[in-house]
Amino acid sequence: MLLLIAGTMAVLLVRNLFVATMLLGIVSFTMALIFISLDAVDVAFTEAAVGAGISTVLYIGTLALVGSQEKDKPRFAAGPMVICLAVGAVLYYATYEMPRFGEADNPVHTHVAPRYIEDSPTEIGVPNMVTSVLASYRGYDTFGETTVIFTAGIGVLLILRQRRRRKNEDDETDVPLDEGKTGRKGSLSGLGSEHDLIPHVIAKLLIPFIFVFALYVQFHGDYGPGGGFQAGVIFAAGIILYALVFSLEYARHVINEKAILLLISAGVLLYGGVGVASMLLGGNFLDYNVLASDPVAGQHLGILLVELGVGITVTAAMLAIFYAFVGRADLIAAKAEQENN
Amino acid sequence: MSFGFFNYWVFIILLMIGLYTVMSRSNLVKKMIGLSLFQISVFLFYISMGKISGGTAPIVVENITDGAAPVYSNPLPHVLILTAIVVGIATTALGLSLVVRIRESFGTIDEEEILEMKDGA
Repeated sequence: MLLLIAGTMAVLLVRNLFVATMLLGIVSFTMALIFISLDAVDVAFTEAAVGAGISTVLYIGTLALVGSQEKDKPRFAAGPMVICLAVGAVLYYATYEMPRFGEADNPVHTHVAPRYIEDSPTEIGVPNMVTSVLASYRGYDTFGETTVIFTAGIGVLLILRQRRRRKNEDDETDVPLDEGKTGRKGSLSGLGSEHDLIPHVIAKLLIPFIFVFALYVQFHGDYGPGGGFQAGVIFAAGIILYALVFSLEYARHVINEKAILLLISAGVLLYGGVGVASMLLGGNFLDYNVLASDPVAGQHLGILLVELGVGITVTAAMLAIFYAFVGRADLIAAKAEQENN
Repeated sequence: MSFGFFNYWVFIILLMIGLYTVMSRSNLVKKMIGLSLFQISVFLFYISMGKISGGTAPIVVENITDGAAPVYSNPLPHVLILTAIVVGIATTALGLSLVVRIRESFGTIDEEEILEMKDGA
């Protein structure tokens, strides 16, 4: 805990944004360890994969585009400090009204949670209660959140690709694959140099295991910690590792942007489709009981399909975001090269 | 970890550091990092509320050795935060992509410099 506070203070004070990003990753990872100690294994899983993994990659991708040094000297901002201290003091005072940490009769634990804990083993038949609450009891929420991820992925694509398309029409700076000058210097995709033997070998060894692990997390999420969100992020991380080590062009051979666009919507459609299917079979929207002859089997099937949809959308959205950032870096590198000539 | 409100205090400190970063730093990437810190601290708050002392992770265990019914921590905050983390990274990415576009339009990601430009024009 104290490590966390030290880490965040360092993030605040450090000048170099690269260092700040790395520290943020460390803070996320420490937070994941704390989540484990607080029994939130699924959340810790997600935090480690997202906070310490994908978000660090994204920040570094941004920094490659915008430069990594803060400009002005560190200075003491009196106004914000006063506001922060005041808000902090109010919140600190409010903690004394809070129920004590970790007691079983806190109000949080007396509303709907007991029903989830007691009935989900018989109603849903899935040992991991987090999965059953996520995909079945609160399936509407999760549908909404999947849609948010879908929207954010589309949004990043729109923001970062708009100029590119116009540029391609104007002066055809689209860097073709077979010309071999795919922005080796200064661009993210240029990271994959042919001479770095050790990363290549290690990545080749690791990536199959990452994919197998992602599939395990995806389909074992009913029984242990895991599920669509984590599996999607891990799967995307495998492809991002491939892209970082071997260059984006190779990754585009594996899965290109059109396929990503198809997948990103296919996931949401699969989720919604399960809901519509259950409606057609006479139940409510996202009521999985009717999907099979036995309600518990129906719940199993429904949760499996819904988690698959979530996994597909999350993978595709993360990849779309990553490709957009890296493609942007390539574009700028190509532009700079052109201006130099 | 049974000392009363300690988790809540850590949450408040992290929250305030995040808030201060957002308000006092003019670099837009640093502001996004501040928002991430803010977000992480809220996650800690929720997960702390879901914890029951002596409880275990909310995954049904079949073989209980001592015969007593296991106490599970509250799964509901876990579900909320689990999805919030992934949604958070998606929205962070959206923010960062806006920062990239701002950099391309203005040549800087420093908020004050952008405002000066606007006043000068």
